[in-house]
Amino acid sequence: MVLQYDIVIVGGGGAGLRAAIAIGETNPKLNIALVSKVYPMRSHTVAAEGGAAAVIKDNDSFSDHCLDTIGGGDWMCDQDAVEIFANEAPKELIQMEHWGCPWSRELDGSVAVRPFGGMKIERSWFAADKTGFHLLHTLFQTSLKYNNLIRHDEWFATKILVENGRCQGITAIEMRSGDLKVIAAKSVIICTGGAGCVFPFTTNGSIKTGDGMALAYRAGIPLKDMEFIQYHPTGLPGTGILITEAARGEGGIIVNNEGHRYLQDYDLGKPLDIKDPKHPVKKSMELGPRDRLSQAFIKEREKKKTIPGPFGDVVHLDIRHLGKKKIDKKLPFVRELTKNYVGIDPVYEPIPVRPVVHYMMGGIDTNIDCSTNLPGLFAAGECACVSINGANRLGSNSLTEILVFGARAGNAAAGFANEHSEIDIKALEKQRDEEFKRITLNFLNKDGGSERISTLRKEMHQVMEECVGIFRSESGLKEASNKIEELKDRFSSILIEDKSLNFNTELTSALELENMIDVAEAIIFSALSRRESRGSHQRTDFKERNDENFLCHSLAYRTDAESRIEYKEVVITKWPPGERVYGKEE
Amino acid sequence: MKVSETTEIEIFRYLPDKDNEPFFKSYEVPYREDWVVLDAINYIKDEIDGTISYRWSCRMGVCGSCGMMVNGEPKLACSTFLKEYTLGKIRVEPLQGFPVERDLIIDINDFMEKLKAVKPYILRKEEDEKPIEEGEYLQSPAELARYKQYTLCINCMLCYAACPIYSLNSEFIGPAAIALAQRYNLDSRDQGRNHRQEMIASHEGIWECTFVGECSVVCPKDVDPAAAIQRAKVSSTIDWFMKIIMPLSKTK
Amino acid sequence: MTTYRKPVSNTWWLERKQYFFFVIRELTSIFVAGYCLFLLFIISEISDGQEKYTLLILSLKSPISLVLHFISLPFILYHTITWFNLTPKIMKLQIGEEIISEKLIVGLVYISWGILSLIIFWLILGV
Repeated sequence: MVLQYDIVIVGGGGAGLRAAIAIGETNPKLNIALVSKVYPMRSHTVAAEGGAAAVIKDNDSFSDHCLDTIGGGDWMCDQDAVEIFANEAPKELIQMEHWGCPWSRELDGSVAVRPFGGMKIERSWFAADKTGFHLLHTLFQTSLKYNNLIRHDEWFATKILVENGRCQGITAIEMRSGDLKVIAAKSVIICTGGAGCVFPFTTNGSIKTGDGMALAYRAGIPLKDMEFIQYHPTGLPGTGILITEAARGEGGIIVNNEGHRYLQDYDLGKPLDIKDPKHPVKKSMELGPRDRLSQAFIKEREKKKTIPGPFGDVVHLDIRHLGKKKIDKKLPFVRELTKNYVGIDPVYEPIPVRPVVHYMMGGIDTNIDCSTNLPGLFAAGECACVSINGANRLGSNSLTEILVFGARAGNAAAGFANEHSEIDIKALEKQRDEEFKRITLNFLNKDGGSERISTLRKEMHQVMEECVGIFRSESGLKEASNKIEELKDRFSSILIEDKSLNFNTELTSALELENMIDVAEAIIFSALSRRESRGSHQRTDFKERNDENFLCHSLAYRTDAESRIEYKEVVITKWPPGERVYGKEE
Repeated sequence: MKVSETTEIEIFRYLPDKDNEPFFKSYEVPYREDWVVLDAINYIKDEIDGTISYRWSCRMGVCGSCGMMVNGEPKLACSTFLKEYTLGKIRVEPLQGFPVERDLIIDINDFMEKLKAVKPYILRKEEDEKPIEEGEYLQSPAELARYKQYTLCINCMLCYAACPIYSLNSEFIGPAAIALAQRYNLDSRDQGRNHRQEMIASHEGIWECTFVGECSVVCPKDVDPAAAIQRAKVSSTIDWFMKIIMPLSKTK
Repeated sequence: MTTYRKPVSNTWWLERKQYFFFVIRELTSIFVAGYCLFLLFIISEISDGQEKYTLLILSLKSPISLVLHFISLPFILYHTITWFNLTPKIMKLQIGEEIISEKLIVGLVYISWGILSLIIFWLILGV
């Protein structure tokens, strides 16, 4: 039996919910299925903290937001997409406010903004330090208004179904019963988020396993710019829990084992005294871009200037000078997290931090309307790459991105659904049967099997951490590529102890690992091919940015062996490639 | 201070595919100072018994997935440290008051329906709607403070597990749903309180609550649903008196 | 596919100490209601004249009356204290952006109780 909808959205986070609401608002007659492997309020949007960027102040402009974003992305951003993004950002955030998002306010009742890394002027709207949480819950609660939206919670998508050169639906395991369902649709939107769990040390929750990226990859769609992985400079040691950039936006400083604000040694400007009313200076020191701050940490560690700790070296993020009142008002979650997970009260002691994998700039290749090269398949959010973030994302751009492009994807998918009504049900049923055989044979009814899921996962983690980290080299990446091919082979001997159908999380863990290995492969081969250093992709053997050969997006295509890498031009409209300048007067 | 290198975790197991009866299974896990209960369960699934099923994601107490009973108390497994339990074994069970689907996974459909039933979104009269071009509705920090606490709910359902009324009568709308309704009722931008009263001021709503107060005690985010419910009782009672004294006036 | 529901026993209120004290708190309202009725009875007896008043005072000094009072007083005190402590849940005070702390509200309630008690003692012992 085939379930039929006009549109299927895979992933119930910020982008997926925004897409659903966009369709609900403009096309109430279209039936929408929202398929997610977790209940929507568990989506990882919930963990985002600091803010969402949109031009709001009189002395700010769309042009400034664009240039900050493009420079922050080391000129890899598609400027037509960035222009749309900056233009639509304020409308989206006001729409969120109208839907009830509890933005923090100025005394006169207008929305407040705060400074963020790499941005010339304050434009990051925030809801205390739980902006993602409030956005997600506002979107989820608002989505309950729409009767044409049906949710399939805890359904695990396993395949994108392509029929007649068009995307016509998906298969998904209903986790409660273990049934493999087929959902036919005229449009499919992938909003499954990033893949931080490919690395051992990440701010990401366990659900961020790149499922949608792998599904698209296997359906023949290229993954773009996968080599660009963002390390957030301030994660807690051990757990990797995120300490928001807003802590630095409010004036927090980073020091090494000598108490020295070492970022000044890495071309990020000169520090002002913390009591100076102009501190923190935007686009300078601790408000520099994330890639440069994370790279500075590695260099300090090489110089043995970092502080040893039980979970590796750290540096100190000091917010004591902000005072208890300001911390409780603007950074209450930061205080709660550090007290719970490292036993430190940041009102009285500095916070130990280190760079942690946080965000993937790369993802499913889409155009500015969120369409992939497969008609009927759309993607938005962290799983997609439009690209507005280029080689490095600025903090607080991502929460806005999921809203702007979530809405655009919803509208584009609705348009496509209105124009394409035929679905080949019989062919989809046949594909479902094949997928059922694949899962049963390779996972559920598998006899023998010797490799524990956790063993393969740990080995993948180890090679990604050692060879595909902040600084990479040809030899390291080659080692990683060999390892990942080895893991792909060994995956066929995976051991699944749980043969049950009802809520089999060992099965879904195995499927997630399969997805992560595919995503890791795309990352590694994209990184190998890019023989330059740009933004968050740094090669010790190719230290300079090489616009002549590499001012272009990488596209990783799946083959039977290694990924095939092609290149695609970056769209340049108003801002010719320039130098990234931080810490200097503009 | 724990001396031994390992600790015993006893986990409620229920495998309806095999057997209608649940049972408990004990596992020995390494004891580490910085581990939370979730780390121990992950260790069991990774290294000892891959068949154990449970929900988790963020590891930082914000997604609300990992609610469980730990030694009889409702807790978030990701925020409950092993070092708090130095005597004997740690017993982990699914959240009290909900049907169990499998192992530590409960059926939360009832809760999801209740969330929807309280109309948890901004309701405004059409003539009072502001177009996006005119910008945000102004809301002072004082107005934000009126409802802010109730926005912090992560939907973890520990409050439902702690509420004896919900265990005895699952018709009760429950702490989190009522707190969510109050979140919108007290939001200066909302005009929809009347639309929610039918659900809230009903038998299964606030009046089913006998103010045991445990919901607020176990809430990991200090939402204080007990306060939301009692204050809703006060305002509903005032409404009732006002209707008698001034039957023709409109309430919000 | 069957779900499992843990049966709730009739002695659920014994399983956690918080539930036990809640049930005790609820039972104390019987004593409070009982004493309210008793006070109303005293008032109606007093208004019947001097003789009835003297008889009333005598009966109040009887062993049964004393025993009942000794039993009721701790329950009524327990009721009072628990409800005083719960007052901030019922009454939220907000000044500007600041929400008055729960401890302050509870403190104010106890202080008011103290003042009222002093006034009553003064009336009884003074006049």
